[in-house]
Amino acid sequence: MVIPWVAALGCVALAAGLLEGLALSPPDYQQGETVRIMYMHVPAAWMGLFVYALVAGLGGVGLVGGHPLAFAAARAAAPLGAMFTAVCLITGSLWGKPMWGAWWVWDARLTSMLLLLFLYFGHIALSRAFDDPRRGDKAAAVLGLVGCVNLPIVKFSVDWWNTLHQPASVMKLGGPAIDPSMLWPLLLMAGAFKLIFFALWLTRTRTEVVGARLRAAANRSRMEADR
Amino acid sequence: MSAFLAVLRRDLLLALRDGAGTWTVLGFFAIAVAVFPLGIGPEPQVLARIAPGVLWAMALLSALLSLETLFESDYRDGSLEPLLSGALAPELLVLAKALAHWLATGLPLAVAAPALGIFLHLPTEAMPVLFASLLLGTPVLSLLGAVGAALALGARRATVLLAVMVLPLSAPVLIFGAGAVESAQTGLAASPSLLILGSVALVALAVCPVAAAAALRQAVE
Repeated sequence: MVIPWVAALGCVALAAGLLEGLALSPPDYQQGETVRIMYMHVPAAWMGLFVYALVAGLGGVGLVGGHPLAFAAARAAAPLGAMFTAVCLITGSLWGKPMWGAWWVWDARLTSMLLLLFLYFGHIALSRAFDDPRRGDKAAAVLGLVGCVNLPIVKFSVDWWNTLHQPASVMKLGGPAIDPSMLWPLLLMAGAFKLIFFALWLTRTRTEVVGARLRAAANRSRMEADR
Repeated sequence: MSAFLAVLRRDLLLALRDGAGTWTVLGFFAIAVAVFPLGIGPEPQVLARIAPGVLWAMALLSALLSLETLFESDYRDGSLEPLLSGALAPELLVLAKALAHWLATGLPLAVAAPALGIFLHLPTEAMPVLFASLLLGTPVLSLLGAVGAALALGARRATVLLAVMVLPLSAPVLIFGAGAVESAQTGLAASPSLLILGSVALVALAVCPVAAAAALRQAVE
């Protein structure tokens, strides 16, 4: 279907992005070669935030419209978003040790991203905590919507607080402050992550839908047998 | 209005008659705070440094303890459904129950905290701010807890699930609450943190009843 094409395109973009980022782009005048972690760290952070908004939005759609596909898609996306957030935190930690001298600091950006990870955990746990999966989906959808308050906090944390973390350099008023030779590999990696996410997400959603069908068929055959 | 007061009165009576409830929470608060000097050592400066955070974090965990049963007994004996479809709007029902929970749990915690501050060598100048910050913050915990309790109704491992859900959402309350007390301790103005805490409380007051009511409707259908 369409998934192999998306996956292939994502892999090509990832290869190109890694080549550009890790080899062809220039080292930073201050940080040297260590800056190359940015090409993993920043796209992972963007994906973690994007997927949370997606999960919350899908949950909202499911609550309002009641279509089970929205819930299946949300259930499929949440672990992927948690993974991206974890990658962001781990790569950030690896970057922070040589740059700041610390594996972790409790500044606003890091704390709010860690909270995002915990919000993902809560969402994943809640959606699987009930015998009736539809109840779990609806409950998780409410929790997802409540947790959206964290998204602007993460985005503006570097503006609202004195943070060690770098302030916004790409998505800010006045345009990106980053040099094009670094911006393009960054955007390429972001695109690659997005494509790979879509491929994984579509596969997982399909699996969720098939699982729901199997459960329904099993229930039906059990009811037939009882009769 | 009378329906609201009726639910409030009923829940308060239930909480008071279940004598163990409030005192268990206060007992946990006291023991949990006492554990820190036992583990960290008795040095007054060290204890005073961590006192705001410890008091606030333990108050948070103590409030978490009693949340599970907020809707549990009504859900189990089937009285939740008529309550939701009765004269009182579900959002106001949640508000009444959260208020009863706060009066039975949060308010006692706020009152007890300055006394427990003595164990941690909290300076007396910081105690009014401790009380004020808990007075502002514990209602938010009751409201967030109502959302969590409603979402976890009938779930497997509801206690742990409740903690996993409520703790990340209550992080701002903890940060600004403890921050207010720390400001008072070091002689800075506590009002910025308290004002932000107040605004968080107002947002919670607006959003949490709606979310919890939606979750309750999901639980009974």
